Amino acid sequence: MRRLISAAALLLALATAAEAATGPKPSAQHWSFSGIFGTFDRAALQRGFQVYKENCAACHAALMLSYRDLRGIGYQEDDVKAIAAEAKVMDGPNDAGEMFERPGRPSDKFARPFANDKAARAANNGAFPVDLSMVAKARVAGPDYVYALLTGYGPAPAGMTVVDGMAYNAYFPGNQIAMPAPLNPDGVAYQDGTKMTVEQQAKDVVTFLTWASEPTLEARKQMGVKVLLFLIVFTGILYAAKRKVWAAVH
Amino acid sequence: MAAPAFKNALVRWIDHRLPVFTFLQHELHEYPTPKNLSYWWNFGSLAGIVLVVMILTGIFLAMHYTPHTAFAFDSIERIMRDVNYGWLIRYIHMNGGSFFFIVVYIHIFRGLYYGSYKAPRELLWIIGVVILLLMMATAFMGYVLPWGQMSFWGATVITNLFSAIPLIGDGIVTWLWGGFSVDNPTLNRFYSLHYLLPFLIVGAVLLHLMALHRFGSSNPLGIDVKGPQDSIPFHPFYTAKDAFGLGIFLIAFAGVVFFAPNLFGEPDNYIRADPLVTPPHIVPEWYFLPYYAILRAIPNKLLGVIAMFGSILVLFIVPWLDTARVRSAKFRPTYRKFFWVLVVDCVVLGYVGANPPDGWFIVTGQVATAYYFFHFLILMPVLGLVERPLPLPHSISAPVLKPAEGKA
Repeated sequence: MRRLISAAALLLALATAAEAATGPKPSAQHWSFSGIFGTFDRAALQRGFQVYKENCAACHAALMLSYRDLRGIGYQEDDVKAIAAEAKVMDGPNDAGEMFERPGRPSDKFARPFANDKAARAANNGAFPVDLSMVAKARVAGPDYVYALLTGYGPAPAGMTVVDGMAYNAYFPGNQIAMPAPLNPDGVAYQDGTKMTVEQQAKDVVTFLTWASEPTLEARKQMGVKVLLFLIVFTGILYAAKRKVWAAVH
Repeated sequence: MAAPAFKNALVRWIDHRLPVFTFLQHELHEYPTPKNLSYWWNFGSLAGIVLVVMILTGIFLAMHYTPHTAFAFDSIERIMRDVNYGWLIRYIHMNGGSFFFIVVYIHIFRGLYYGSYKAPRELLWIIGVVILLLMMATAFMGYVLPWGQMSFWGATVITNLFSAIPLIGDGIVTWLWGGFSVDNPTLNRFYSLHYLLPFLIVGAVLLHLMALHRFGSSNPLGIDVKGPQDSIPFHPFYTAKDAFGLGIFLIAFAGVVFFAPNLFGEPDNYIRADPLVTPPHIVPEWYFLPYYAILRAIPNKLLGVIAMFGSILVLFIVPWLDTARVRSAKFRPTYRKFFWVLVVDCVVLGYVGANPPDGWFIVTGQVATAYYFFHFLILMPVLGLVERPLPLPHSISAPVLKPAEGKA
């Protein structure tokens, strides 16, 4: 047993050493969707969608999302139709064999800001604006990391030169990021009176992006609570049955 | 082996012509099982249940998955978002792989602790190692299917291992890939094989069960069943015990599936595969990390590959490497200590495998690798000869009737 404990202590020491090498760890935020009973804060989702639409969507695609998915953040069918109709979607070919543009429909995927990845790079100084529909899942400590990144801009520490066209960010690997600070105080006009600080906007947009990366999160957790409750009771019954059956043996 | 008298006339009619009911009666009902099996003996049947769960969820995933480099990633996300309960099926399958390995590793270590591989159960053990190899191949190919960054780069690294073979290595790699890099032909054949291999596992499991039922389960005391007083029928005793164990397992499994479904996964695999962008750290799934550490512990590529495969192949000859006459580590005080050292050694190997090979991770990995082979190739044969085991009880019933003798 003592051997096991000392081995565990060794592992812990190794883990701490490894962490020191990877730079600052994003601090854990309080999220409405974390925990066993976590659900997305609908108001934060809609504010986050507004931040995404007004600040991020100009460069970043969200390939996995369709407009119809917005029903999941509390919009009604008519709202979704209106939001979709703002987008221009290339469709066709029509009967004359020609492609044509039409207003978006709820069944359409979110419109892409650039026709292809090359065009996206060309417009952004060679840097590729990553797809945002999975980003909260595709990074270590996803939501905390994205929040830390969005609020991690600032002047570079003394002695570090930031390449022209890049910005300093405490949390981005290498500390130089091609994306200029995307959020500004009062950069979006919230309708519900929420303060429009950078932190608040970051929090809202990360809530939205977490939803975007896993719209089924709430269904999963709600089912999980029921399944666990059932299993705990059922396992208790199985234990009682086992005791009863084995009473004859002991 | 007299045919039991079934009450139902239809069952009697069928059984007379096709004795499936007699078979079930003998193998699942009467099947005499040592009365002293602990909960460590639950993991065999658990592994079988997980296999069934994997095959069922896999079949439903296959109905929605598209094995093409341009569509695979999107089709997985479509399953997660738009297929009814697709997220549930996929998370069960994805975490089921991890839980399959947890269960099977515990099952294997249980065998090592209690000497379950010793005569007359050598073939039972060997078939088990074959199942482990099939599982590893299946899991590796399954991990490639979502076509994320780790899928692609993991596949690239692992298939490239074969290039270490002198002369024909590069040819073999091209043949495995079906081209000159990991690409659509690779994905297609991996999908095909990922669907095929589980059924080979089912076949191997049936052989495993046949070999098991020849002599019955080993037991914590490691002594043979001496008579009817030492054994009890499988049903209802072990069906009840296994069912309770299954309940505990399902609570843990559901906890991960519903509340931490990406616990075992790499975030990078939610990024679409890109042959032009290499992730900073390419790591396999956690259950391969110890082997990965062994591979990287040896500076020579060919020798590293040999050591990695050797670390599993050595399990095949464990029944003959272990020279002890006593099965259970319960009566082998020295072996028992080294058994736990081996467990810690494997955990250390896994930890080293998860980290980039620099600094003293290299040294730790090399020491842990050396110890792994030392345990099997030197310690096991020597210890069996020099160790003085504790006195064995006379029968399985004896320690139950007379608990005063020793602490057994």
